[in-house]
Amino acid sequence: MTKTFKMQDLDCANCARKMEDAIRKLDGVAEVHVNFLTQKMVLTADDARFDEIVQEAVKLVRRVDPDCRMVL
Amino acid sequence: MSRKQKKVLIRILIAAALFAAAFAVPVHGIGKLCLFLIPYAVIGWDILWRAAVNIAHGQVFDENFLMALATLGAFATGSYEEGVAVMLFYQIGEWFQSCAVARSRRSIAALMDICPEYANVETQGGITQVDPAEVAVGTVILVKAGEKIPLDGVIAAGESSLDTSALTGESAPRSVRTGDTVISGCINREGLLRVRTTKPYDQSTVSKILELVENASERKAKSEDFITKFARWYTPCVVIVAVLLAVIPPLFMGAWAEWIHRALIFLVVSCPCALVISVPLSFFGGIGGASRAGILVKGGNYLEVLAQADTVVLDKTGTLTRGEFRVSGIHPVSIAPEELLDIAAHAEMYSTHPIARSIVEAYGKEPDSRRVAKTEEIAGHGVHAVVDGRDIYAGNPRLMEQSGASADPVTCGGTVVHLSAGPDYLGYIVISDGLKENAAEALSDLHKLGIRRTVMLTGDTKAAAQGIASSLEIDAVCAELLPGDKVSAVESMMEGERKGKLVFVGDGINDAPVLMRSDVGIAMGAMGSDAAIEAADVVLMDDNPAKIPLAIRMARRTMGIVYQNIVFALGVKGAILLLGALGYAGMWAAVFADVGVSVIAILNASRALRVPK
Repeated sequence: MTKTFKMQDLDCANCARKMEDAIRKLDGVAEVHVNFLTQKMVLTADDARFDEIVQEAVKLVRRVDPDCRMVL
Repeated sequence: MSRKQKKVLIRILIAAALFAAAFAVPVHGIGKLCLFLIPYAVIGWDILWRAAVNIAHGQVFDENFLMALATLGAFATGSYEEGVAVMLFYQIGEWFQSCAVARSRRSIAALMDICPEYANVETQGGITQVDPAEVAVGTVILVKAGEKIPLDGVIAAGESSLDTSALTGESAPRSVRTGDTVISGCINREGLLRVRTTKPYDQSTVSKILELVENASERKAKSEDFITKFARWYTPCVVIVAVLLAVIPPLFMGAWAEWIHRALIFLVVSCPCALVISVPLSFFGGIGGASRAGILVKGGNYLEVLAQADTVVLDKTGTLTRGEFRVSGIHPVSIAPEELLDIAAHAEMYSTHPIARSIVEAYGKEPDSRRVAKTEEIAGHGVHAVVDGRDIYAGNPRLMEQSGASADPVTCGGTVVHLSAGPDYLGYIVISDGLKENAAEALSDLHKLGIRRTVMLTGDTKAAAQGIASSLEIDAVCAELLPGDKVSAVESMMEGERKGKLVFVGDGINDAPVLMRSDVGIAMGAMGSDAAIEAADVVLMDDNPAKIPLAIRMARRTMGIVYQNIVFALGVKGAILLLGALGYAGMWAAVFADVGVSVIAILNASRALRVPK
């Protein structure tokens, strides 16, 4: 399943890169792109674990940049 | 300016005022430290806070941490002014950077302002405005003058001219009437149109284009990948060097404070943001600018390849030529050309063959059916008709033989229709596919851009291909190719040692395999054609061949900006690192190397948005 999320207050390009690296390592993630310019994240992951993965991604996003929020 | 940006600006101003005031108070020692800590706290509390939170989260080496360490280090070594100034400078730079990025983001969003906000649906209670996503296929929607067509469809009633410039970059309006298909994103210039929708919103042209442009930044160019990988290693390496610099030289020479200070400069320079932001932004700008000109590029990687093109292979029909047949020559034997055309048009008036239609079209008037007594199609040969009481044969040389007439041998490009009245040969009409207006200009522009080789591919006869090629600056022609032969022709051109890349341009309908096989496939005339948008790497919204050299020019300019930014950012950072290690550059220069370079690189990247004249 692929889903696009809006990223609120994603202010730094390097953070976007770090989020991508961190989320990509999650189990079941096939592909992830954090686009600093369009302020969007496109996540492709296992259907079975999708909701879990999203929850983990939200945490990872906050860990890299506490100001940035994923809009679910 | 967003609310967040305003808040930061106010903090910057307050801190700057407090900082200036601190200089006026004549205190020393601990009093001075406390005095300078006030503006420092105002401007830097969020950086310190985030640095602490991030360390707790296991995120070291982020820019908050580096700035916190550098400025606190400055305080520790007794340079209070510098500690405050660097933090202030850093925040000002970040503020500029966020404004510049927001500006570029807005201008790209403005380019992509093709998204319809509503659709007018007629209900019993009158006209209501609804979300285009909620309109079912087959609904009749109303489009008033000045409104955007929200969904792809067919005109059920009405006549108008459409402004397609948001999609194609072309300013000439397109006239449409009942029965014509229209695509979303065009603006209705006059009159009321009733449009029966044929596609749901998420499959309509506007959604497809927006999706394509937004996803374009996911296909990363090599230079973008390089920067991302570089950034991953750059920061840790510089930090390690900073630690070594702080520890090793003073072990031999002493002067700990001085070396720690130099190490702090390294920390400030170690932020990779200028690089990480400016390269993707340049590609984003290049893709946005190109889409403004009606050139949709599916990814930064294709811009990169397009910029290196040295061979351009073009399909003939539909790419260089209009793809429709027109009468290009009338050659009578003993009668006037008008008379020959008159006879031909009447003989062919009931035929639905495209060749026959083009003869009737060239005639310009409605043929008079009273003059035609009888017509029969002779399969594979032509037509026999009785016009004004005479037996008229119109068709190929074999038909002429059958009728007993001796046809002139003709060797010219195009399809030839011979005419005879019984055994009397009347002459022939040539029908050919005409060149597009801009085809010649496009090819000479390609050569001016330094494209080494241009090749035309076609399934047509050699004679027809030569006829077209003779009026163009084209280096080679491959004719009489079957669809599969086109792929092998392109493959053979791509064999061996090559410096440049090969671009293939086709109309996207039956060229999909070649579009995919070439280094970059450009499909043209793709308005509304899903297959073309699917198969190609670059999509030209209209069918103007002059967009091919324009696309290459824009790709080259974008790559130029990318390289300028990489060289500039790395160069300045490298220089400051060297000067800092030797003790010539202060922390001020280091902050410039971080945020100053970012701002300049972002401003440079925004040039990629412009469409060259």
